[in-house]
Amino acid sequence: MTASSTTQRSDSATPPPERDGPPFVWPAEGVTRVPFQLFSDPAIYKLEQEKIFRGPVWHFLCLELDLKEPGDYRTGFIGETPIIAVRDRDGNINGMVNRCAHKGALVCHKERGNAKALSCVYHSWTYDLKGNLMGLAFRDGLRGKGGMPSDFKTKDHRLQPIRTAVFAGMVFGTFSDETPDVETFFGSEMCKILRRNFSRPLKLLGYHSQIIHNNWKLYAENVRDSYHATLLHTFYTTFKINRLDMDGGIRITNAAKPWHHLSFAKRATLEAADEYKKAEVHSAAYENRLAGPELLETWDEFDDGITHSIQALFPTLAIQFTLNSLAVRWFTPRGVDKTELFWMYLGYQDDDEAEQRMRVMQANLTGAAGLVSLEDGCINEFVQRGTRGEGQRANAFMEMGGKTVESSEASRATEVAIRGFWTGYREIMGFEAEQPG
Amino acid sequence: MTPVLDPVLRARVGDFLTDYVHAIDDDRLEDWPGFFTPEALYHITTRESDEAGLPIGIMHCEGRGMMEDRIKALRTANIFEPHRYCHLLGATRLADKGSGILSARTNFSVTRTMQDGGSTVFATGTYRDEIDVSSDTLALRSRRVVLESRRVDVLLVIPL
Repeated sequence: MTASSTTQRSDSATPPPERDGPPFVWPAEGVTRVPFQLFSDPAIYKLEQEKIFRGPVWHFLCLELDLKEPGDYRTGFIGETPIIAVRDRDGNINGMVNRCAHKGALVCHKERGNAKALSCVYHSWTYDLKGNLMGLAFRDGLRGKGGMPSDFKTKDHRLQPIRTAVFAGMVFGTFSDETPDVETFFGSEMCKILRRNFSRPLKLLGYHSQIIHNNWKLYAENVRDSYHATLLHTFYTTFKINRLDMDGGIRITNAAKPWHHLSFAKRATLEAADEYKKAEVHSAAYENRLAGPELLETWDEFDDGITHSIQALFPTLAIQFTLNSLAVRWFTPRGVDKTELFWMYLGYQDDDEAEQRMRVMQANLTGAAGLVSLEDGCINEFVQRGTRGEGQRANAFMEMGGKTVESSEASRATEVAIRGFWTGYREIMGFEAEQPG
Repeated sequence: MTPVLDPVLRARVGDFLTDYVHAIDDDRLEDWPGFFTPEALYHITTRESDEAGLPIGIMHCEGRGMMEDRIKALRTANIFEPHRYCHLLGATRLADKGSGILSARTNFSVTRTMQDGGSTVFATGTYRDEIDVSSDTLALRSRRVVLESRRVDVLLVIPL
């Protein structure tokens, strides 16, 4: 084998793996139907690794605050592929596959750290912070014997690079040269919200993860499912926490690529707030059933009136701003029926003590033990278990809020954002619709 | 570290810590806030977050009111597949902090059994406690539950 034949190249030209059996076709009704097969078919899962995770999509890697100093690195995954994001001595953030060009071992085996160079522990192949191979043990052999052949060139054996981009303090990576720049990919409106939420230097407040026993796309649906919010999650209604004044909607701003969305709610219009204040019922309604009402102490951080928002960015990222609880959620497939969901809670470096305390209290609402959200840990598994083993015989039915994919400013009783996700998914996967009749 | 040599006090603390886990394992969750002082802190976090000094863990209650709300939510609002815990406790290391407060550190392991009979180790970690021993009834002034793993399987709704 010659040295050049082992050189790693971009995988973007790799043809997708062949599927056994009849080709997958989408129901003629379009994205109002989703075949259950998509959640348990190993061949489709394999195809997604190529098409979605190595496809023309930006994937969240980490926050810039994870990589403050030169040599700071953070490992993670794009799909099942292990990734390193590292800041080099020029200040740039580089992304690369976390796999030694020699034998394929992980180069960084810690989740985070700081390194002068990236060195594989197996045979001491050592790369600089841009991923270039600098040297390896016994290259010239020992006592004149052994060593690499004379045509061996270190430049042929670098860590496989991926494109990276930093936007609003978030680090993204993509395998594909086709992926448009981040602002084009997410769209200007979505980027405006990201800038709103990440406008000041961030501070990490908490971090944990959750294993959910379902296909990754069920969580992608769940985080876009504004229809279920008050039906499955009954914490607010049980405690009679006032929701009458919650008005909000779904914003999908790129009609051609409705893959991302913002779901928002406004707790009170100014007018309503005045009425409540006069009648002195607002605080009463908010507090009278909680024995520990300080859980929900809050302040208005923004002047746009939006007090609750979830922004889902295709395919596996969501940003929540629930009252004052800012968190980045992202999820990684761990097999066709297993997903790891990460929660990173944030504040701002200039938060005062009272503000930070409110963020700490409100973190009780979400996460693995979230008073409002913990049901999401099991509900997707219920779908997984309910649909396991289905071929193309049965589909999910999603026509709440109509059959189209467009903004729904007036109502959140809609599945429009889920249809938006499947629009992007179908387009990237290349799943054609079956012919009617 | 000031040792606690009084064998009677050591036995009372041992019974108290055992009663706490039996209340949870026996599904007497309404009794759970009663193991704490009115203003007590109950905080579940991970070893990783604890060592990094991060203020947000996985569950955080300041005062019995927030604990009562947790149990009320669990009983009436939250939806999850039925499951039960079984706690196993390790030996407790006690130290006298003065002013009627003992610090205590106890390792624990919790198995979770689902309705289909599946039983797994759900959580392992350490209780880091401050126990008020100044009156006849012992009470936790603070319980920090530090989990070994930062990864929760499915969800966490029953307190540890």
